[in-house]
Amino acid sequence: MVTSNSAWETIIGLEIHAQLSTDTKIFCACSTQTGCEPNANTCPVCLGLPGALPVLNTRAVELAARAALALGLKINERSVFARKNYFYPDLPKGYQISQYDEPFSEHGELTIMTATRDEAGHARDWQPKRIGITRLHLEEDAGKNMHEPQGSAATGDDNNYSYVDLNRAGTPLAEIVTEPDFRSSWEAYDYVNHVRRALQWVDASDADMEKGNLRCEANVSVRRKGATEFGTKVELKNLNSVRFMQRAIDYEVERHIKLIEAGGRIVQQTLLWDERTNTTRPMRSKEEAHDYRYFPEPDLQPLIVSPEFIEATRHAMPELPDARRDRFMRDYELSFNDASQLTAELALADYYERAARSSNNPRAAANWVRGDLARELETRNLNIAQSPVSAEHLAALITAIDTNRINGKQAKDVLPLMMTGGVTVDEIIKSRGLEQVSDTGEIERIIIETIAANPKQFEQYKAGKEALFGFFVGAVIKQSQGKANPKLVNEMLRAKLAE
Amino acid sequence: MNNIETLRQAIDDNSITVPKLAEATINHAKKLNPQLNAFLQLDRDGALSQAEATTLNGRSNGDADKVFRGIPIAIKDNICVRGLQATCGSHILRGYHPQYDATVTTRLREAGAVIIGKTNCDEFAMGSSNENSAYGAVRNPFDLERVPGGSSGGSAAAVAAGIVPVALGSETGGSVRQPAAFCGIAGLKPTYGRISRYGLVAFGSSLDQVGIFATNARDIAHTLRVIAGRDARDATSADVEVPDYAAQIEGDIQGARIGVPRLLFGEGLDAEVRAKTEAALNVFRDLGAEVVDIELPHAKYAIAVYYILATAEASSNLARYDGVRYGVRSESAMTLKDMYRRTRDEGFGAEVKRRIMLGTYVLSSGYYDAYYRKAQQVRALLRRDYERAFEQCDVIFTPTTPSTAFRLNEKTDDPLAMYLSDIYTATANLVGTPGLSIPCGMSSENLPIGMQLVGRHWSESVLLKLAHAYEQVQPFTHRPSVYADVLKS
Repeated sequence: MVTSNSAWETIIGLEIHAQLSTDTKIFCACSTQTGCEPNANTCPVCLGLPGALPVLNTRAVELAARAALALGLKINERSVFARKNYFYPDLPKGYQISQYDEPFSEHGELTIMTATRDEAGHARDWQPKRIGITRLHLEEDAGKNMHEPQGSAATGDDNNYSYVDLNRAGTPLAEIVTEPDFRSSWEAYDYVNHVRRALQWVDASDADMEKGNLRCEANVSVRRKGATEFGTKVELKNLNSVRFMQRAIDYEVERHIKLIEAGGRIVQQTLLWDERTNTTRPMRSKEEAHDYRYFPEPDLQPLIVSPEFIEATRHAMPELPDARRDRFMRDYELSFNDASQLTAELALADYYERAARSSNNPRAAANWVRGDLARELETRNLNIAQSPVSAEHLAALITAIDTNRINGKQAKDVLPLMMTGGVTVDEIIKSRGLEQVSDTGEIERIIIETIAANPKQFEQYKAGKEALFGFFVGAVIKQSQGKANPKLVNEMLRAKLAE
Repeated sequence: MNNIETLRQAIDDNSITVPKLAEATINHAKKLNPQLNAFLQLDRDGALSQAEATTLNGRSNGDADKVFRGIPIAIKDNICVRGLQATCGSHILRGYHPQYDATVTTRLREAGAVIIGKTNCDEFAMGSSNENSAYGAVRNPFDLERVPGGSSGGSAAAVAAGIVPVALGSETGGSVRQPAAFCGIAGLKPTYGRISRYGLVAFGSSLDQVGIFATNARDIAHTLRVIAGRDARDATSADVEVPDYAAQIEGDIQGARIGVPRLLFGEGLDAEVRAKTEAALNVFRDLGAEVVDIELPHAKYAIAVYYILATAEASSNLARYDGVRYGVRSESAMTLKDMYRRTRDEGFGAEVKRRIMLGTYVLSSGYYDAYYRKAQQVRALLRRDYERAFEQCDVIFTPTTPSTAFRLNEKTDDPLAMYLSDIYTATANLVGTPGLSIPCGMSSENLPIGMQLVGRHWSESVLLKLAHAYEQVQPFTHRPSVYADVLKS
C-alpha cells in the first residue's frame, strides 16, 4: 500500500466510456438490445456496407446533453463529428465516427466528494475536490471479436476461427476525459462513482461496469513530490469494476515506485488488469504508435445544439444528486453520510423523500430506509424500486410509533410482515392484536391487579427499594400481553405506587 | 432517336410493349458490349420481370409521373441495385452483391424504370478515362481506339451508342460531365445535396453526387425530377423543393447573363475545343443572352485542392475493404495484419492505391495542416470566387474538357496529365454547384466537343433551360457508327 507520507506523488487521469441508453444505435435504426444472436441487430449502416450512410439519432444527443448537464458541464453550441481511422475486424468501416477538435463539451470541471480510506477501507474525512474535465464527446462503439479457443473448432477442421459480432457496433457512447487531476486511487474511485451516479440519475446511461456499459481506462504515472514534469505513464484497461480500477491503480503505482527506486525505467504501454491474479500484464497485440488521421466526417452535418434545446433538456431533468444531498442535509437535518447514502440513486432519494414527508419524521424515515428496510430488501435481493413496502406504507409504520399505537420493538416485527406486500400497517396491527392499550381505565385495572398479586415487592418498594419500579412496569406490560402503552404504564404506575 | 420521349410515345401508342423494349435493349447491349465493354452485368431476367410488372400497373395510372414507366435505364456499378453485383470496377468487390437498393434505385423503380444492367467504370470512380477498371477499359463509341472518359465511361458509352436513353453515373470531380463531353451526350452533376448519396459507394463524400447522362436536356430534367430530393437516409441531402424541371425547360433565355472566365480559355486548351465553345457562346448571344467576363482568381488551385481532399476522403472511405466481411479476401495470409495487407494489395488497382497513399499522407500527423487544412481553406476561397461571380452572371461557361477524347493508353503513364483533364469540372464539385455538359460540335477528327454550364446552388432548372434553348437551334445530330435505334433493331 502506498502511504500518504511517501516521497512520491501519484498522477491519474481517467477516460470513461458510457453507453447512452437509447433504444436504437447512434447512426441507424438498429436495436441496442444485448443478448441477441450475433449480428441480429445489424443493417447496411452498422455493417459498414459500401454506400451506406450514417444519420444521427437525436435521442443520443438528448442523452449526451443530459449527461453533460448532470456533470455540470457546458455544451458547445456547435460540435463536429470526425473520423478516427484505424483497422480492426470489429470496426466495420475502418474508422470510428467520433468527435475530435470540436467536441460536444470541453474545458469543464466538476466537484466530487472524496475521502481517504483507513486500513479496513472505510472512508474517512470527506472533502470536496475539483476535477478538470477535458472533454465529453459523442461516438459510436465498435463490435466484438470472438476467438475460438484452441482445439474447439466448430467447423470440423483443425483451424481455430475468429468471429465478428457487430450487434454492439454503432451503440452510442459518451466519452468523458479528465485532466490528470487525481492524486490517489481513491480519488479516482470516488470520481467514477460520482459520474456513474450522475449518469444513472438522469437516465443517460445504465452505467453498469460489470455489464460493460460503463468502461473506464486510467492513465497512471508517478513522480517525486515537488517535481514539475510528469513521469512516464501507462494506460490501464480491462477494469471491470470500480474496485478493480482502484486496485489496478495501486498495483501500478507501487510497481512504478519500486521500479524507479531500483533504477529502472517505466515503459509507456497499455496494460490489462488481471482480476484473478491481481496483477497487470501488457496487451498481447503490441500497439504501434497510432496515427488516427482524424478529419471531419463529411457524411454528417456539424451538430448544432440550440440554447433552447439545452434549456428544455435541463428543465426535463430531476434535481441533481449533489443539490439534493445538500437539501436533505438542510431540510431534513441529515448528516453528510446519511444524505449521501440516501442520494446514491434517484429511486432511493425519491423513496426516502416520500417517506420523510408522509411520516413527517425525516430522521426516523432515514433510519428505517437505511436500516431495517435496506436489510429486508437485501435479504430478498430486491432494490428500492422493487420494494413491496411503499414509501407511504413505511411512513404509516413510522406514524404508528409516533402516535403510540405500537412501540418501536413491535414495529421492527411488523416490517417483515409488510414485506410480503399488499398489507398495510393497520391491517397487521389489527390482525395481530398489536394495538397498544392506552385506555387509562384498563391500564389502572391491570396495575391494581398486579400490585395485589405482588404484595411482598410492594412492601419492599414502599420501604425504599425503588429499583423494583422496573419490576412492576415489566409485570404490568406482561399482564397486558405486551399491549399496554409503556409511557402510560410508567406514568400511572409511578402515581399509583406513590399513593 | 433514342430518348425518353420517343420511347414513351412508342410505348403509349403500342408500337412496342415494355417487355419487348426491354428485350431489344438487352439484345442491343449484348451485341455492342464486346466492342464497348460498357456493361459489367446485364440483367435480362430482372429487366423482363420489371417490364412485366410495369405493364400490369401501368394501364390504370395516366398521370404525368408515368414518364419513366417502362423506360430502360443503366446504372453505374458503384450504385447499389439489390440483386445485381456492385463491383465498382474493382477486383476487391468481385462477386459482391449489395443487400439493399440505393435511394436513386428505389426512386427509379418506383417511377417504373426498367434497370437493364450495371455499367463499367474506373475502379471506385477514380479515373478520367475508364482505363482503371479491373474489368477492362470502356471504348468510346465514336472511336473504339479512344477512351470514353471517366469515371462513368460505361454509362456514357451506353447512352451514346443508343442502348439506353438515360444512364446514371456519379461525380466526384467531373466523372459525368467529362465522359458526356467525350461521348457527345448531355451529362449533369447536380448541386451537392440535390440527390441522395445513400447507396452510392463513397469515394470523396463531400464531393460525390449521382449524375445523369441522356441525349438531351429534357431527358435529364425528367430523370432529375424522379431521383432528386431529400432522403432521410442521407444527412447531407437537402430539404429543398424539387421543381418540375421538364415543365420549366421551355421559354426564351433573353437577358440570361453568361459569365466567361477568360483565363480558363488560355493555355492548355485545344484550339478546336476553344473554337467550338466560342461558337456556342455566340449562339447564346444570338438567343439574347448577355455574355460577361468574370474572374475566378483561385481557379488555378482547384485541381490541387481537389486531389488533396478527394484522396483524403477516399483513403478513409476505402478502409472498409479489408477482406473481413465482404468482397475478396487474400487466402494466403497467416496473420490479421498480413490479411489486410495482402487483401488490399491484391484487391486494389494501381490508381486506387496511389490515391489511398496520397490521401493517407495528407491526413497524417504533421502534414494535416499543410495539406488537408490548407486545401479546405482554399476550397472556401473557391466558394467565395463563385459567389462573387454569380453576382455578375447566372451561369459560368467553359469548355467541359481541355481536349477531345484521347487515345487508350495515351495518358496512363502520366497521372498528372490525366488529372489535368478535370481542370474545368472539378471546381463545381469543390464548390457544390451544379454543372451541365452538352455537346457543341465535332472536331476535325470526328470527335465530340462539350461545353459546360455551371450555375448557382439549386439552379439546375436554369442550366437545363439554357441547354434546351441551345439544343433547339443547334441540335447535336452526330451519332457514332455503332449507334443503333433500339426501336428499329
